[in-house]
Amino acid sequence: MEPLQIAEKIKERFPEEALAIREFRGQVSVTVKKDRIRDICRFLHDEPDLFFDYPVDLCGVDYMGMKESRFEVVYHLYSIKHRHALRLKAEVPEKDARIDSVLPVWAGVNWHERECYDMFGISFTGHPDMRRVLLPEDWEGHPLRKDYPVKGPEKEWSGFLDVLERSKKYRRFDWQG
Amino acid sequence: MEDIEKPFETKEMTISMGPQHPATHGVLRLVLNLNGENVVKCTPHVGYLHRGIEKLGENRTYFAALPLTDRLDYISSMNNNVGYVNAVEKLFGIEAPSRAKFIRTMVAELGRISSHIIWLGTHVLDIGATTPFLLAMAEREKILDLFEELCGARLTVSYPRVGGVRNDVSQKFLDQAYEFAMKFDARMDEYETLVTENRIWKERTVDIGIISAEEAVNWGLTGGTLRGSGVDYDVRKYFPYDAYDQVEFEVPVGKKGDCYDRYLVRVGELRQANRILRQCIEKLPEGPVLADAPKFTLPPKDMVLKDMEHLIHQFILITKGPTVPEGEIYVGTEVPKGELGFYFVSDGTGRPYRMRVRAPSFIHASVLPRLCEGGLIADVIANIGTIDIVLGECDR
Repeated sequence: MEPLQIAEKIKERFPEEALAIREFRGQVSVTVKKDRIRDICRFLHDEPDLFFDYPVDLCGVDYMGMKESRFEVVYHLYSIKHRHALRLKAEVPEKDARIDSVLPVWAGVNWHERECYDMFGISFTGHPDMRRVLLPEDWEGHPLRKDYPVKGPEKEWSGFLDVLERSKKYRRFDWQG
Repeated sequence: MEDIEKPFETKEMTISMGPQHPATHGVLRLVLNLNGENVVKCTPHVGYLHRGIEKLGENRTYFAALPLTDRLDYISSMNNNVGYVNAVEKLFGIEAPSRAKFIRTMVAELGRISSHIIWLGTHVLDIGATTPFLLAMAEREKILDLFEELCGARLTVSYPRVGGVRNDVSQKFLDQAYEFAMKFDARMDEYETLVTENRIWKERTVDIGIISAEEAVNWGLTGGTLRGSGVDYDVRKYFPYDAYDQVEFEVPVGKKGDCYDRYLVRVGELRQANRILRQCIEKLPEGPVLADAPKFTLPPKDMVLKDMEHLIHQFILITKGPTVPEGEIYVGTEVPKGELGFYFVSDGTGRPYRMRVRAPSFIHASVLPRLCEGGLIADVIANIGTIDIVLGECDR
C-alpha cells in the first residue's frame, strides 16, 4: 500500500487523533496525539492489509522552543509482508512527559523505550522495567535534551568520584605487610 | 556412592558475568540467576562504552560527524561509513556517480567479510575450537592490508565521502583484492571442514537458542540473527542502495532459528559477499568518484591545496556546513550485524537537529534474556556468540 494511503487510513479510523501528515523524499510521517497511541499501534499491527510487524526504531526528539509541545516520540514501522513503511510521531508536552508503552504490541521496543526515558526523561506507562539503560541509575539529567551541555555536567558523577576516592585508598596498600 | 545418588537440594544463586569476561565480546555484563546449571533469570547491563555519539553528531556538521560513525561498530567501520553517507546523500538529494557506488559496494563487502570472519573465529573459540580463530585472524589481516593500501587506515577508515569516496582505487588495490577474492572460496571450504560437520560443534549449537520467525520479527531482529529464523529480510534486496541492484547475489536463510542455522546463514553470507566483491571488480565502470554537486560535497583535495576558492569552499563547508532542506529522513543499510539506520531531523542549518543511530547490536542484546532463560549456563556463551553483537555499537 502507498504510504499516503496508509496515512489516510489512520485519519479515517482515528479522526480525532491524527494531527498532520507530511511527506519528504517519499517518506510519510503522521503526527498523532499521544492519548491513544497504543490503540493506533495495535490497529497498525493487527489490520491485515497494514500488518506492521517489524518495529524498526523508536526514539525521542526534543523541540525545545520550536514547537508547542516540547517532545516527540518517533516510531519507525515496517511491514515485511507488504513491504511498506510509515513514520508515526506522537507529541508529548514537557509538563506531562509520559506516554503509553507499546511493548504489548512489539517486544522489540523494550530497550528503545528505556533509552528514550534515559535520554529525554519521557516515561512510558505500562512498561514493566522503566529503568535507565545506558547511563547509571543515579545519573542526574537527561543528556539528549537540548538544554543539557555537550561537555557534560559541571559536577562529576558520584560513582566516578567514589572510584577516585577508593583508588587513593588502595594506592597506599602495603604489599609486604 | 549412596551419597551421590541421593537427591540434594539446590539453592538459587546470583552471579555476575562480565564486563571483563572474554566471551562477552566487549563490555557486556550479564547478571544470571542460576538454579544449579539452569538459568532462571538473565539481566543484561550495557552502557559501559557509552560515548554520546548522537549528542556529538548534533553538534558537528554533516561532514565532520563521519569519523564518529567509525567508532560505532569498530570492526566493520567501512559499513557504518557507507550507511551514514547514504543517509546524508538522501537528505541532501544528491547521488554518487556510478564508479563511486561500485567502489562503496566493494569495500562494504570487504568489511562484511572481515566482520563475519571475526565473528566466526570468536564464536567457535568461545565454544572451544582454537584453530579457526587463528586462521580467521590471519584472513582478516589481509583485508586490513587492503584497506591500508586503499586509504592509509586499517580500522577507522572514514573512506567514503558524502557524494562518493575520498580517492579513486589504484590498479594495485584491484589486483590484490581480486587475488584475495579468487582464493577466498577455497579458504571458506577449509573453515567449513573444521566446523560445519564437527560433532562437538553440532552438539553445542543445534536446537540452542531457538526463536521462531514471527517472534524474531516482533523483537525487531535483523541481519543474520533474523534470517536464521527463515525470514529473508535483507536491506540490500528490499531497499537496494549503492550498486546492490546491479550485482547478483542470494540471501541465505535458515529454517529452525537455532544457533546452528544462524551459523549456516552467516557462512553463506561470507560466500555471497565474496561473489559480490568479484562482480564489483569485474564490472567497475570508469568515471569520476565524487558527485558534481559543489554545494553539498567537499572539493577534491588536490584542488584545495592549489586553489584559493576551493580552500575557502572547503573551510565554509567544514565549519558552517551546507544549507540543507528542512525535513526528516530515515535510511537503513545492511551492515554485518543487521540493519543500521540513521534518522536525521534537519532544521535547515549545516548541522543535524537530531541524529539518531538505530543500532542492531542494541536490539540483539535486548533479546538475550529471551534466548538464555530456561537454558543451561554453557548455552549462554553460545547465545552471546550467535547474536553477533559489538558493544561499541550497542552503547553508542
